[in-house]
Amino acid sequence: MPHWLSLMVDSFWPLLYAGVVFTVPLTLLSFAGGLLLGFAVALARLFGPSPLVKVARFYVWFIRGTPLLVQLFVIFYGLPNIGIVLDAFPAALIGFTLNVGAYTSEVIRAAIASVPRGQWEAAYSIGMSWTQAMRRTILPQATGLAVPPLSNSFISLIKDTSLAAALTVPEIFQAAQRIASVTYEPFILYSETALIYLFFSSVLSSAQTRLEARFGRHSSPLGAAG
Amino acid sequence: MSIEIRDIGKRFGDFVALDGINLTIPTGELVALLGPSGCGKTTLLRIIAGMESADTGQVLFAGEEATHLHVRERQVGFVFQHYALFRHMTVFENVAFGLRVKPRRERPAEAEIRRRVMELLGLVQLDWLADRYPTQLSGGQRQRIALARALAVEPKVLLLDEPFGALDTQVRKELRRWLRRLHDEVHISSVFVTHDQEEALEVADRVVVMNRGRIEQIGTPDEVYSNPASPFVYRFLGDVNVFHSRLQGVWAEIGRPPSGGAAAASAGSGGAAAEGGIAAPVATDDDAALAFVRPHDIDIVRAPQAGALQATIQDVHAIGPSVRVELAHESELIEVELTRERAEILALRKGEQVWLSPRQVRVFAVPSGGEEFVSGSGI
Repeated sequence: MPHWLSLMVDSFWPLLYAGVVFTVPLTLLSFAGGLLLGFAVALARLFGPSPLVKVARFYVWFIRGTPLLVQLFVIFYGLPNIGIVLDAFPAALIGFTLNVGAYTSEVIRAAIASVPRGQWEAAYSIGMSWTQAMRRTILPQATGLAVPPLSNSFISLIKDTSLAAALTVPEIFQAAQRIASVTYEPFILYSETALIYLFFSSVLSSAQTRLEARFGRHSSPLGAAG
Repeated sequence: MSIEIRDIGKRFGDFVALDGINLTIPTGELVALLGPSGCGKTTLLRIIAGMESADTGQVLFAGEEATHLHVRERQVGFVFQHYALFRHMTVFENVAFGLRVKPRRERPAEAEIRRRVMELLGLVQLDWLADRYPTQLSGGQRQRIALARALAVEPKVLLLDEPFGALDTQVRKELRRWLRRLHDEVHISSVFVTHDQEEALEVADRVVVMNRGRIEQIGTPDEVYSNPASPFVYRFLGDVNVFHSRLQGVWAEIGRPPSGGAAAASAGSGGAAAEGGIAAPVATDDDAALAFVRPHDIDIVRAPQAGALQATIQDVHAIGPSVRVELAHESELIEVELTRERAEILALRKGEQVWLSPRQVRVFAVPSGGEEFVSGSGI
């Protein structure tokens, strides 16, 4: 077996382990949290009282305007200065959740707003409350519109979790760095790492097609008549 | 349930959408709100539905204050111009939806829901489409489903916003007859908005003609058509020849009945018309006046008669069952509609000199400053 191949085989399991134990949970948890947060922020911006709208706008503006890596550093290295000490994994989780929340809130807001007003009025006129109209007529239609852009955020997030390496979270990229620092074979190691990310993002994002098929079935592309 | 609208006013910024609207709709009546786009008819309908709030005035349902009730508490069925069906649900579920979201205590059992939905789909003659999705239906089918959905919750009032506006002529005609029959069956107080005078005149028990945020006239289709209260109504309800003249001139030329006394002319000021014979002009010589004659209320004769205008034939078109003749009288273009039989007897040719004998003329004196009456073409 040539040297480069045995190196790749040797490092494959540690990298895969780091992916399964850290990268995947970090991605799924922070995306789930980010979706919830993003939904809440979208609702606040669309229907909230004006102070809440301002808070929501400030949050989105701040998160989108600053680098993710800097945000992570503030949470992990900065907060201890004011007495808040977090472990690496929770710090990364919080950082990614806040980041995802800001981006997805815009997607969710746009999707909800693009369901025609007539759908609300139709729902009200047959006796639905706001919550019923939202849950049973608006959200099912908004979901169809939101799936493709949300999938984009999700795939970005899988790759962005590599930044957690800087917070000492032993995820894929951190594992690669560790191995590279003892084998002195960065080209092979990092190429393999790229392939492993490709594998995880392919597996995780394969759900998109199925989700689109499920939610987009009966909506016309322009969201017009119906 | 009766609907009463008291002094409703609504502005959008500087634009006055509705101005002092008063209207009573008795239980079981089918009423059309008719007017050009921008006249406020849809705004009025939405205020009745509770989808828009009025700046002033009150809405009463069965004598009870409903002005501030939320849409879902008003028990109105609403049919939208663009259907607004729930795209993510089947036809059956669309109709059933209103029943399914009722609080548990009022919610009918599943079997009862199924029975009622199928009954409604039968009523709109689309029970065979129950399992389809809205995007798989034609416009006319969608609108009938929307109607079934609105009726499912047993509303006290049915409101329809240009229900056939997005459909082609053939389907429109079919559907409006069908709506009339449906109304006769369910007999629920209904208001529908339309800009199509034919639709309003054919379907409604009463027509409310609106213009610029005000009601111009309320009456049965026959009343508003044969006895328009204002130049606007006259113009809006069908083709009309408008003679721009000084009042005296009109009197000399058009107001005088032919020797047989068949023509009825009336004069009025800004719509307050006096009926019968030659009414004394209420305006002075200087006031402008407009004489309105419908194309089918003019006969063409070969010999001069008292009260007839001389005119030159410009063109003769046979259109379906009638023949349209364009004539020139001095500088004014006049349109006359004859039956085919009459046209055949007359055998009119281009360039001929003939006399026009109006059977019915209506004169509106334009009060000084009544600029809007004077504008517009002669026909």
